[in-house]
Amino acid sequence: MLHTVNKSSFERNSLQSCLNTIDDTSVILLIEDGVISAAKNANSSMLADLATQGRVYALQGDVDARGISSKVADNIKLVDYAGFVDLVVEHGTAVSWV
Amino acid sequence: MKFSIQINEGPYQHQASDSAYQFAKAAIAAGHEIFRVFFYHDGVNNATRFTMPPQDDRNVVNQWAELDIKNADGEPELVVCIAAALRRGMLDESEAKKNGIEGNNIHPAFRISGLGQLIEAGIQSDRLVVFGD
Repeated sequence: MLHTVNKSSFERNSLQSCLNTIDDTSVILLIEDGVISAAKNANSSMLADLATQGRVYALQGDVDARGISSKVADNIKLVDYAGFVDLVVEHGTAVSWV
Repeated sequence: MKFSIQINEGPYQHQASDSAYQFAKAAIAAGHEIFRVFFYHDGVNNATRFTMPPQDDRNVVNQWAELDIKNADGEPELVVCIAAALRRGMLDESEAKKNGIEGNNIHPAFRISGLGQLIEAGIQSDRLVVFGD
């Protein structure tokens, strides 16, 4: 499954709820204000663990728009909208944590 | 692959409609089909033909309209939830007539229909992606 999270973890706990519930094969895509959680200082250890496994993505345009391009945590992969589409194709059901 | 998209927020308060539009455009560019876009809750506000943004700003409603998402019968597949639309003062010609109200504001690239259209989109499409807040 693909889980998209669109809120900063400083604003809502949707990322934490997502991290608490996803299975071992799911991936997370951070979009909109969700990309704030991709910044090094905002990064939770659970998210960092998933990123190490190559299972965390962030939307490049939203990262750039928020000025955190140089602060994205290691192992978080940046994708554009074409990459977003590919993730939806590849991972089956898309769950939006809105 | 066949995609459908659900949008739950209006055009300016949240990023949902912009994100969904960029996603739809990328999906079409990659050769995928958009089966239906369903506008629900405040998302119905993306369908007004009376929007007049400044010239140097994107026109969210026209952007959607220009994607020209139609089915084989030529009907728009930008579908606006009827219950959500009516309670927000969003009417097409037939709903305006039915309710004795002069004027209507649904852009011709969109059509009003029921929630069953969302369920059908979920069944008929390979993927349903939700954008909201």
